[in-house]
Amino acid sequence: MPIKSYLAHAFTGKKEELLGALQKINQCEVVPAKNEDVIVLVTDTSNEIEEETLKERIEAIDSLKILSLVSGFNPPQN
Amino acid sequence: MIKSDTNRRSFIKKMAMLSAMTAAASMFPGILFATEQEKGIPKDANLDWKKGPCRFCGVGCGVLVGTENGKAVAVKGDPNCSVNKGLLCVKGYHQIMCIQSKDRLTHALVKKNGRYEKTPLSEALDLVANKMKETIQVHGKDAVAMYTSGQSTIPEGYVASKLMKGAIGTNNLDCNARLCMASAVAGFLTTFGADEPMGCYEDIDHADYFITWGNNMAEMHPVLFSRMLEQKTRRGAKIIDFATRTTRSSTASDRSILFEPQTDLAIANAICYEIIKNGWVNKTFIEKHCNFSKGITNMGYGLEDHYKFSDKPEKIDFESYKEFLKDYSPEKVSKYSKVSVKDIKYLAAIYGDPNKKVVSYWCMGMNQHTRGTWMNNLLYNIHLLTGKISQPGNGPFSLTGQPSACGTAREVGTFTHKLPKGVVTNEKHRRLAAKIWKVPYEQIPSKPTYHATEMFRAVDRGDIKFIWTQATNPLVSLPKTSRYRAGIEQESCFVVVSDVFPRQTSDVADVILPASWHIEKSGLYGNSERRTQHWDKMVEAPGEATPDAWMFIEVAKRLGFGELFPYSKENHVEEIYNEYRQFHEGAKHGMAPLEVLKKESGAIWPYVNGKSTQWRFNAKYDPACTNGEDFHFYGKPDGKAVIWQRPFEEAPEKPNKEYPFWLNTGRVIEHWHTGSMTRRIPVLHQAMPNAYVEFHPDDAKALGIRNGENIKVSSRRGSCVLPASINERGLPTKGQIFVPFFDENMLINDVTLDAFCPISKEPDYKKCAVKVEKV
Ligand code: SF4
Repeated sequence: MPIKSYLAHAFTGKKEELLGALQKINQCEVVPAKNEDVIVLVTDTSNEIEEETLKERIEAIDSLKILSLVSGFNPPQN
Repeated sequence: MIKSDTNRRSFIKKMAMLSAMTAAASMFPGILFATEQEKGIPKDANLDWKKGPCRFCGVGCGVLVGTENGKAVAVKGDPNCSVNKGLLCVKGYHQIMCIQSKDRLTHALVKKNGRYEKTPLSEALDLVANKMKETIQVHGKDAVAMYTSGQSTIPEGYVASKLMKGAIGTNNLDCNARLCMASAVAGFLTTFGADEPMGCYEDIDHADYFITWGNNMAEMHPVLFSRMLEQKTRRGAKIIDFATRTTRSSTASDRSILFEPQTDLAIANAICYEIIKNGWVNKTFIEKHCNFSKGITNMGYGLEDHYKFSDKPEKIDFESYKEFLKDYSPEKVSKYSKVSVKDIKYLAAIYGDPNKKVVSYWCMGMNQHTRGTWMNNLLYNIHLLTGKISQPGNGPFSLTGQPSACGTAREVGTFTHKLPKGVVTNEKHRRLAAKIWKVPYEQIPSKPTYHATEMFRAVDRGDIKFIWTQATNPLVSLPKTSRYRAGIEQESCFVVVSDVFPRQTSDVADVILPASWHIEKSGLYGNSERRTQHWDKMVEAPGEATPDAWMFIEVAKRLGFGELFPYSKENHVEEIYNEYRQFHEGAKHGMAPLEVLKKESGAIWPYVNGKSTQWRFNAKYDPACTNGEDFHFYGKPDGKAVIWQRPFEEAPEKPNKEYPFWLNTGRVIEHWHTGSMTRRIPVLHQAMPNAYVEFHPDDAKALGIRNGENIKVSSRRGSCVLPASINERGLPTKGQIFVPFFDENMLINDVTLDAFCPISKEPDYKKCAVKVEKV
């Protein structure tokens, strides 16, 4: 049950585009920075395989410059 | 607390979100996520925002605490505070969450027949005063002691000093800043005759190079590091990380240079050698403003009880200093420091380039060092030889760990040898204190007694029969706790602990006094850049929790010193500060009036003619310079700073066959010192739930150690079991391990050595020899 947080860096001027793309994905929660081309992204998936697939999908977004992992949590299910 | 899975997941998601925001803040200074900062605050909330300094480190960021219906509900960075310009780190942002912790100490507890009984505060204070009185009558004044904190407020430190030194008449007062800052103090005093950095944080906006000496600023001074990164991005300023371990700071820097523990002494000398050899000396500056001296060498390490040392300075000339440096050519030093000749020359060339402005930063790496005072002196030598000092963007800058290590411990002087102005050994200083305190001059003893380590040795020996600690946790933070825990547990000493939460130290107390947390009282702190910051009480403390200053006053009254402590309960902070200010009157150390501090987000002393002095000793900025020259080091009688000849000497304990690893200890960004506050903040605790032992991957591989495996770390003094950490937070050099000390369930200080710098008496937590085994 991984929960991970990333900084998604958009290409200059492409933050809104990237935000739109990420918002369309169910497992993503986003908070855009007000004054930089950066979006805080938290992903919530059911297993590592799903997480990997999701990551590949995110990395394929054109407006994304870099995706850098900040924290990862893997809470067990009750 | 059992949370539902959904609740827990949303909690963890919030935590993950905040970690990312913190990371973003260190990469993009000034980044705003306003929606998140205000999240969780009800839309119709009618918040009252009050300003104050952050509690969790010596950077001294300004915070705004939002209160609603008497409760602190939100924290944000104070955009008007020039320290942080609205930024906060993860600790600052979450600080108020600990005060609601369920195990807050809300009432006094007195141990009766081995059990703690809830006791009315006034009764507990009666007991404390009676015990103190009885101990003094039977065993003398020096049988009672007080051990305070760099987290105590300025008024608290001042009242403690007045009570112990002025009223009772003992110098048995020391504080935990001895464990972190004493070498910086001794360094400043021996070189400049005046404590605390000459520059200020605005240096960051001017410097071309930041050289950090054993200082992981990205984790320990995160907001300042963010400001440096901002300058790196904006102006191309460079950060050079010079350390014994690869950390977050190293990876964010332009260069990371690693050295063998203890050899920083030799490298600093090698830099001076290169500066002289290449003609980079600022001759006019040193001729006008510097003297050369040497002191006693082979001083020992304070390992034995009752160890005493006093230096005997001897003047030398430039030629003999130059001769001395011949042993420190980069080629010679490179052999044992593991720093390449090229890198030593590279560092020297940065300092030596007259067109580059350089700020050197350091904190525990240089201070917690058996030659800490020397190391501070040596770094000043580099800046003095090149004349790169006391100017915007040029200067040596020692950072503090605690929020008021400067304001309280150093300026008020809660060390055994100190007075609010000057030292106990100086008659003039004792006379001034006696006059302001209205006590007979003879009352203040002229000799210092116990510094922190020796104080707890005296408890162990049975010489101290009564000790009162406040806002500190020595049984986790002292070195070699394996000795001092057993010592304090003995019946021979009556222990009073005043604190906000139960901790390891309160577990051994005879009386536990419930203290107010910082926003539950008014107060003042002084940060690393000489900035004094005031705050008003923001919320009520729970139960009978009371400000430490008021508890001291109550005890002083019970001891019969009421007329010396005529302060009122409502206004004691203001009354005490106004009395204290008298000590520092004048252009060299004038403190800002309270009315100014109430309005502004702090002011830097010397505060002269309504203005902060940002760069001391420089006639352009500092009105106390009176010698008619461009610089005036007025702390010394002849107005000159001292370039000290200090050699490289080995550490007292080095790895050998039986104990093959260096042990280095330190901190992590999530936790404040011994963790008693930050471990009660769920976000921080869960982000870093326990300590660990870091290995270099090659060492781990050779020993067959995998991540997470339990490892027993042992020295000649004790042992501690921790999970292994490889390639995670930090990366020690080969042959070295690193352990953070915040975790009271994994007491690494049972393992450390209580050797200290003979001049500053600050222990070295960064170097001792250990062995490791899988368990
Ligand atoms: S950097 Fe220090 S003072 Fe600033 S918010 Fe963080 S802990 Fe507080």
